[in-house]
Amino acid sequence: MASYLEFLQIYAPRFLDGTIITLQQTALGILLAVLVALVAGFMKMAPVFPVRLPAIVYIEIFRGTSLLVQMYWLFFVLPLFGVTLDKFSAGFIAVGLNLGAYGAELVRGGVQSVRRGQYEAATALSMSPFTRMRRIIFPQALLNMLPPWGNLIIELLKATALVALISVTDLMFESKQINASTFMSAQAFGTALIIYYVIARFILTPGMRGLEKRLSRKLSIG
Amino acid sequence: MSDGNFPLQLEGDDVPMVRFDRVTKRYGDLTVLDSLTLDVKANEMVSVIGPSGSGKTTVLRMLMALELIDEGVIYVEGQPMTHMEKDGRLVRASKSYLRQMRTNIGMVFQQFNLFPHMTALENCMEAPVQVLGMGKEEARKRSVNLLGLVGLDDKMDQYPSRLSGGQQQRVAIARALAMRPKIMLFDEVTSALDPEIVGEVTNVIRKLNDEYNLTMLMVTHQMGFAREISDRVCFFYEGKIAEEGAPDEIFSNTQNERTRQFLNAVLEAG
Amino acid sequence: MFDWKWGFTFEILPRLLEATLNTLIAAGLGYLIALVIGLVFALAQRTPFRLLTFVVREFVEFIRSTPLVLQIFFVFYVGPQFGVRLSPWTSGMIAIGLHYAAYLSEVYRAGLDSVPKGQWEACTSLGLSIQRTYFKIIIPQAIPTVIPGFGNYLVGIFKDTPMLSVIGVMELFHAATSIGAETYRFLEPYTLVGAIFLVISLPAAMFMRRFEDWVRVSLGMKKLHAKD
Repeated sequence: MASYLEFLQIYAPRFLDGTIITLQQTALGILLAVLVALVAGFMKMAPVFPVRLPAIVYIEIFRGTSLLVQMYWLFFVLPLFGVTLDKFSAGFIAVGLNLGAYGAELVRGGVQSVRRGQYEAATALSMSPFTRMRRIIFPQALLNMLPPWGNLIIELLKATALVALISVTDLMFESKQINASTFMSAQAFGTALIIYYVIARFILTPGMRGLEKRLSRKLSIG
Repeated sequence: MSDGNFPLQLEGDDVPMVRFDRVTKRYGDLTVLDSLTLDVKANEMVSVIGPSGSGKTTVLRMLMALELIDEGVIYVEGQPMTHMEKDGRLVRASKSYLRQMRTNIGMVFQQFNLFPHMTALENCMEAPVQVLGMGKEEARKRSVNLLGLVGLDDKMDQYPSRLSGGQQQRVAIARALAMRPKIMLFDEVTSALDPEIVGEVTNVIRKLNDEYNLTMLMVTHQMGFAREISDRVCFFYEGKIAEEGAPDEIFSNTQNERTRQFLNAVLEAG
Repeated sequence: MFDWKWGFTFEILPRLLEATLNTLIAAGLGYLIALVIGLVFALAQRTPFRLLTFVVREFVEFIRSTPLVLQIFFVFYVGPQFGVRLSPWTSGMIAIGLHYAAYLSEVYRAGLDSVPKGQWEACTSLGLSIQRTYFKIIIPQAIPTVIPGFGNYLVGIFKDTPMLSVIGVMELFHAATSIGAETYRFLEPYTLVGAIFLVISLPAAMFMRRFEDWVRVSLGMKKLHAKD
C-alpha cells in the first residue's frame, strides 16, 4: 500500500495531464455528437427521401463499423483525399461522429415518442410545422431524450480512451506509458480505471441528472 | 376535383357556414365517410351521434383538415376549405392555405391535448402569439378573459398535470376560443371524464351556445345534453347520415329503425 | 493522392477474410462467456445476501463505466505482474467477456423486472419450486423484453473486437494495421475492414429486428418494427 502511495506521488502529474486531455476530448466529442445527432436525426425524419438518404447512410456507416476503424480511417486514410487531421482532432471527431450516429436515433426516438395528440392540437391551432416543432414537440422530445443521452455521454467518455491508440496523450496513453516504464501494471492501469470511474460516476452522471431536473422544472412536466 | 361538379364558391342568400359536399374518406378498403352531404347554418348547434366506427369523429377531423378527404369538397363560409381556386378550377388546398382557413375553426379533443410544458395561461396565449402575431400583453388579456369565462381564472398559472380532467378540458376550450374562431368543433369532449365532472364541461358549452355567436358541431355520447342544447341532430351510420332533424324528432319520435336500435342500446347502457 | 489499387486489394483480401474468421470466433466466444457470466451477475443481485448484492452491483457498475480497451490492457498485463502469464486470446476473452457480462446482466435484470410481480406471487401460492418458477413461468415472459438488448450487444461485441488487436490478437483490424505497416498502404486495408464490418453488421442488425418481431408475434404480441 505504501508503495502505491509512492507510485501515486511520482506519477500523479502525468495522470493529471492525461485526464485533462481526456476531458477535453470528451467535451469536444459531446459537442460534435450533439450537433451531428440533431442534424442527422431531423434529416432522417424528413418527408423527402433525398434528405433522408444522407442521414441514413451516415447513421448506418458509423453505427455499423468500429470506432477504432473509423478513427484510423480519419487519421491515416483521409489525408489521401486531401484532408489531413492532426491526431487530437481525428480523435474527437471520430468519437463525435460515431456517437452522434447513435445520438441521431435518440433524437428521432425522442421526437417520435411525443403523443400524436400534441401534433393535432398544434395543427388545430393553425401552427406552422416549424412553430409546432419549435414550441410544442421539441421541448417535450428533449425531456424524453435525456435519460438515454446520459448513457451515451458515458459511452463517449469511454470511447475517448481509443485516441491513445493514435498517440493522443490522454489518460489511457499515460497509463500505457507508465506501465511500459515501471511494469507496475496493476497500479498504472488500475489508477486510470479508477479515474475514469470517478469521472463517469461522480461528474458525468450527476451532471446529466441535474440537467434532467432543471429541464423538467423549466418545462414543468409532471 | 376540377371537373366543374363542385362550385368555386357558394353563392346566394343562404350560404351555410359549413357545407360537406359529397365528401368521401377511405382508410384502405374501409369507407368511413360515404359521399356525405351536410350543411351547418351560421350559429347553429349540431350534434352528431352514432355508433363507433360510423364516421362521426372523422367528420370533425376532415373539417379541421387533420387528414385529407378522398372525394368531395368542404366549404367554410362559402369558400372551399379542402380545395382552393387556381386558374378558375378547384385544386387541392396547399398547406399554407389550409393553415389560413383553420384559423376560423377551433377544436376541442377527447384527450384534451394540452401542452404539458406550459401553464393554462400559456396554453391559451401560444397560438395567438405564434400564429396571429399578437403581442404578448394583448394575448395575455384575451386569455385571462377566456379562462375567466370557463371558470378557471384562479388556475391560470397551473400546469396541466395539476389540473383535473374537467379543468384541463375547460382550458382546452379556452385555448381554442383564443383564436376567435367562427366554428367550434367538440370531439367527444366528455368521454374521457369521470361522470361527476362532465357537468363542468357541458355547462361551459351551454354558456357558449347561449351567449355567443358560434357555429358548433359536437360529436357526443351525452344524449341528454345533445337533446337539450342542439338545434339539429344527425345520426350517423356507416359513413352516411341515416337520419337528421330536430332533437325531439330524433330522440322521441324516430322513424328510422337503426336510430331506434342505437338509442335503445345507449339508454340501456345508462 | 486517392489512388485505389485493385490488384493490391485482391492480394490482401484473403488475409483479411481469414482474420475475419478470428474476429467472428472472438465475438462469438466472448458473447457466450458474457451470456453465462451476465446471468450470474444478474441472479447474484437478486439474492437476499446484501453484501453479495452490493459487491456485485458495484463491480458491474465499475466495468460498465470504464473503457473496455483499458480493461483489456489491465487483464493482459496484470497477470505477469503477479506471475501469471495469460495469452492474448485468453486475456482478451476474459476482458471482453466480463465487460459484456456486465452489460448483459443489466438486460437480464430488466427482463426479469419486466415480469409483473403478480406472476411471482402466483408461483409461490401454487407451490412451484424455484427452478420451475424461473424456467417455466418467469423466463419465457422475460424473453421478448431481453431479445432486443441481446441482439444489440451481439452486434456490439462484434464491433468491439478491434480493441483486442492492442494486445496482439490476430483479428481483422490487427491484420489491417499489419498490412499497413508492412506495405505503407492504408487506403485499401482500412476501407476494406470498414466494408467487411458493414457487410456483416448491417444484415445482422436487420436480422435482429426481424427476429425480435418474430419472437413477439409468436408469443402473441404485436410487432415492434414497421417494415424496414
